[in-house]
This record gives sequence, C-alpha cells and structure tokens, in this order.
Amino acid sequence: MSYIKIEDLSLGYDSEIVCSNINFEINKNDYLCIIGENGAGKSTLIKTILDLKEKKAGKILFSENLKKSEIGYLPQQTVVQKDFPATVYEVVLSGMLSQLKYRPFYTKKEKNHAKQEMEKLGITHLQNKSYRQLSGGQQQRVLLARALCASDKILLLDEPVTGLDPQVTQEFYGLLKSLNEQGMTIVMVSHDLSVLKYATHVLYLKKKVPIFMEKEMFIERYGKEIYND
Amino acid sequence: MTNFIATLQYYFSYPFVQYALIVGVLIALCSSLLGVTLVLKRFSFIGDGLSHVAFGAMAVATVLQFTSQTLFIMIVTVIAAIFLLRTGQNTKIKGDSAIAMLSVGALAIGYLVMNIFSTSANVSGDVCSTLFGSTTILTLTHFEVIVCIVMSLLVVLFYVLFYNRIFAVTFDEEFMKATGKKVELYNLIIAVLTAVIVVLAMNLVGSLLITALLIFPALSAMKIMNSFKGVVIYSAILSVIGAFVGIILSILFSTPVGATVVFINIMIFIINWIISIFK
Repeated sequence: MSYIKIEDLSLGYDSEIVCSNINFEINKNDYLCIIGENGAGKSTLIKTILDLKEKKAGKILFSENLKKSEIGYLPQQTVVQKDFPATVYEVVLSGMLSQLKYRPFYTKKEKNHAKQEMEKLGITHLQNKSYRQLSGGQQQRVLLARALCASDKILLLDEPVTGLDPQVTQEFYGLLKSLNEQGMTIVMVSHDLSVLKYATHVLYLKKKVPIFMEKEMFIERYGKEIYND
Repeated sequence: MTNFIATLQYYFSYPFVQYALIVGVLIALCSSLLGVTLVLKRFSFIGDGLSHVAFGAMAVATVLQFTSQTLFIMIVTVIAAIFLLRTGQNTKIKGDSAIAMLSVGALAIGYLVMNIFSTSANVSGDVCSTLFGSTTILTLTHFEVIVCIVMSLLVVLFYVLFYNRIFAVTFDEEFMKATGKKVELYNLIIAVLTAVIVVLAMNLVGSLLITALLIFPALSAMKIMNSFKGVVIYSAILSVIGAFVGIILSILFSTPVGATVVFINIMIFIINWIISIFK
C-alpha cells in the first residue's frame, strides 16, 4: 500500500533549483533513508513533502489512507529550544495538537495517549524534568515521542542524530528499528551512513539524477561511490 | 506602621488611585502573559519597536487634535506590528534592522512633530511624560478604565483558550505547521495583541519603559520555573506584584510611576536570579 508518491519533483530556494527529477514512492512499513551531500536538498525535500516549503515542479500524491496531518515530524532542533522552559510531558503532549481540531483543551484520552508514548520510549521518569536540562539523546527521544503522538503511521525525521555520540546514536537507531518492526513507516534524512543497515530503501540525492532503489541493490551498485566520499 | 497603613487607606479612598491600581495590575498581567512568548521566540524587540511607533503616533494624534487619540494610536501600532512580523520572518538580520529603523524613525518624527506643531507651552514636559508615563495613569477617566478592563479581559481569555496552541507556536513553529495548523495566523494574533498591550501600557509606564514590563517578569520566571505553565503563571504573579507595589510606592514617596514599577521588576528579577543560583 503506497502512502506517498513523488513524481518529477523539483526542489529549490527562491529562483534556484537545487534538485530535480525526483521520483520515488513510500509504502507502508518502508524504512527509507535519504542521503546526499550537504546542500543536495535533503531537508528541503522533507519540508516540501510537509508543505513547509513550496515545490518548484512535479507532484506529491498522498494516498487515501494518509492525511497530511497524520505525518509525525521530527525537525532539526532550533536555537530557541535549547533553553526552553517546558517539561517533557508538555512537549510530548503538544504532539496531540492536530487532534484538537477546534477544541481549546486536550481530553483525558489525549493526555493518556501522550503518557503511553512516553512509556513506550522509556522517558516516563523524565516527564516533569525540564526539556533544557536533558542530554541530547534524551531530547531526541522526547521529540520522537511527540512525533509518535501525531502519527501512528509514518515518521519523517530530519537528521535526528546530529550531535549525538556514537553509542546514543545506535540506541536511537535501535528504537526506530523496533518501531519499524511494529509497523511504523520511517523516512529519515541522514548524513550518517551507518543507518543504511536498517533501511529497506535508499534515496540518494544528486544534482542531475537522484537515485531511488531498494537498499541491497543500491549498496551493490553505488556502495563504492558513497563509502569513498 | 499604623501611620503607614492609615496613609494607604487615605489614598485608597480616592477613585484615581483605585483606577490606577486596577489598570496597572491588569496591564501588568497581560504584558507578562505575552512577554513569555515574546522572550522565548526572541521577539523582545518587537515590543520595543512598537512602543516607539506608538509614541510617534501619539505625537501626530496630539498635533492633529484627534478626538479619539487611543483609537488612532492603536490602529497605527497594529499596522506596524503586522509589518514588523512580516519582515522579521524573512531573514534574521533584515528583520532586526527593520525594527531598529522603524523604532528610531518613529521616535524622531514624533519628537519633531511635537516640537514644530506644539500647542502647549511645555514641550519637553509633554515629551517626557509620554516617554516615561509620569502622571497619566493618575489622570485616567472612567471610560479609559473600562476600555482597559475590557481589553485586558479579552487578552486573558484569548490566552487561556489558545494556551495549547500558543505553547506549540512558541516551542516549535515547524512542527506545528506540519500538523496543519495556521502558524502565521497565531503569530499575527500575538503581534496584534502585543500592539494592543503596548498602547494600553503607555498609560502606565510610558513608551520607553514598556519593554521592561514585557520581558522582566518572563525572564524572572524562567530563572526558577521548569515548565511552560509554571513560567506563565509565575511571571503573571510577579508582574502583578511588581505593578501593585510599584504604584503604591510611587504614591507614597511621590516618585514617577513607570520608573518605580520597572525598578521593582528589576529587584524581582535580581531576587529570582539569586534564588536560581542556590537552587
């Protein structure tokens, strides 16, 4: 079952086109890894799918089974968040925002849902801690829990392991893998190639012809090129 | 001590003192609520820029002898708020200089207009009281008090009803946008409310000191509190205490109201800062 289909998409800022001819498909339970050099348009692609940026050309088709508000997004951290006074619970609960529709407050059910997601990621003991006091790895878990509140179908992650040490990075990947095994579809932008071992598909963004294929085939054909860079 | 209380009771019996306290406390409450978001979103200087625009607008309104000055100032300031928000979102540096440009520009033109077309004998006195608020809060009319109460209640009501959305737009705009909520709309509402508060607060502390009312309570609360809700509530309490104590002290010792309120806010900040060191 296809969730999102991208046809002949072009990305860019203002008048400059960064990447074009992007074609790929995200199916249920895929683990898609988006790689490419800095400035290749990886983050821009994620933002374009989420409608945070305008596309230059092409089509982004959502299947009937997936509404745009059902995507869990884990953005790159901003400067504002580093010293933000909010508890873990407050941040996770804000993931339920799309459920609010026109109501002003969260229901008991929505609050419980947020608590369940914290439980799932093992951060319940941190719930009353301030977000700014957490380690980088803990902060990413909190943002992941928030994304899970927003969606039980698909997660879009934008360089989630930036600044994390190797061990914490692997733990985070392990977490994503187990979510993937439980049926979650995962799309991750990364410059860390060690994540490829978990992926089912790879999208390699290059200026002229972006490459999209299953991982095994990709490693076989392009393994040399990407690992030498 | 009894003497002190007797003096207070004596002053409280005057309606103008009651008015000043009601209006001062309400403005302090509203400005602290918005202040938390402005500080966290790095928008502190929007408040400052708007207050200077409000000063310029007031000068123009005085010279043209508009009957409803507040309305004119409100409209000009709201338009400026929308403009600042738009440019502020383009790039950081451009937005920064746009605010600086608008704020000193409005200040200069306001002063110039007041000097050239002055209708009163004491121009520097007028300018000083608009900038520092000196006595305007003690000369409020019944109507102005009602306007202030209604506006403040609207701001508080909005803040409570939209609390969860305000949290989201403050913490992470990108995430909120991705969930399909209209981030620009909320930013716009926050900017417009800031403009409203700035115009109302001109009566209390004058246009130069408004930023203090917006940022000090929030910064004090952020030193101590770990949760967003805690920061919002604590900063509201601090701000109300600051305004109340400030107004009373200024009456007792006949000091300028605005400066005294801000001074109390600075003291509160220092106390909270010290507590946070030992926490």
